[in-house]
Amino acid sequence: MDGYIKAFLAGGTICALVQILMDKTRMMPGRIMVTLVVSGTVLGFLGVYEPFAEWAGAGATVPLLGFGNTLWKGISKAMAEDGALGIFKGGFTASAAGICGALVFGYLGSLLFRPKMKR
Amino acid sequence: MEIDKKEYGEYVKKVTPVHSTARNILRAFVTGGAICLIGQALTELFLFLGAEKEAASAWTTLSLIGGSVLLTGLNLYPRLVKFGGAGALVPITGFANSVVAPAIEYRAEGHVFGIGCKIFTIAGPVILFGIFSSWLLGLISWAGGAMGF
Repeated sequence: MDGYIKAFLAGGTICALVQILMDKTRMMPGRIMVTLVVSGTVLGFLGVYEPFAEWAGAGATVPLLGFGNTLWKGISKAMAEDGALGIFKGGFTASAAGICGALVFGYLGSLLFRPKMKR
Repeated sequence: MEIDKKEYGEYVKKVTPVHSTARNILRAFVTGGAICLIGQALTELFLFLGAEKEAASAWTTLSLIGGSVLLTGLNLYPRLVKFGGAGALVPITGFANSVVAPAIEYRAEGHVFGIGCKIFTIAGPVILFGIFSSWLLGLISWAGGAMGF
């Protein structure tokens, strides 16, 4: 039960902070997403995201910051195995499932569904 | 009719809908929290089914992406974005929504230049800058290691 509360609080807090940023700057969603992923790689690199993710569980891995952290984790792991070549391999290796899932489901979705009127 | 920048700025300010920031923040908190809660439940389900920690997290991501694609196709996810703002954009489900929504919308322009190009409208920049920044940090870390830090 504890894990659920932590996930809700951590995920909710990240989203609330980003909402403040959006209201203050009127940044478009695309820029917000890029900012989050890049910030996630930096937080991973600095070694602060992983301890947070240990605590928050899905509250840290579901937001896009977690996607950035995953990219960094992949690079760091691949560098330990392949040295400098790992810098080029790790990011895509670690994010492969997420990117493949988004593209494949996205393509199937575009075949399955018709455009709808905006509400 | 010529209007100067200041007048135009005031006009934009007047016609832009004003939302209460406190309400937006609360809605983002609840929406984002709820999506992460679902993510936690899925993770524990996959762990229960015997997946390793990393695999459970990957299956959770895939499930959330699949769910978001369905909700986007059924035109329900845009409503969630309207209600939750950042709460619906920040989780991976918001990313999945931004992949499939333009793909559906530009399908009429064909598979290659419609779906194929537009599916990367948001995914392209996110993947580019995510990969680039992690590559750069990897390089820094590798150079630091080579110099003996």
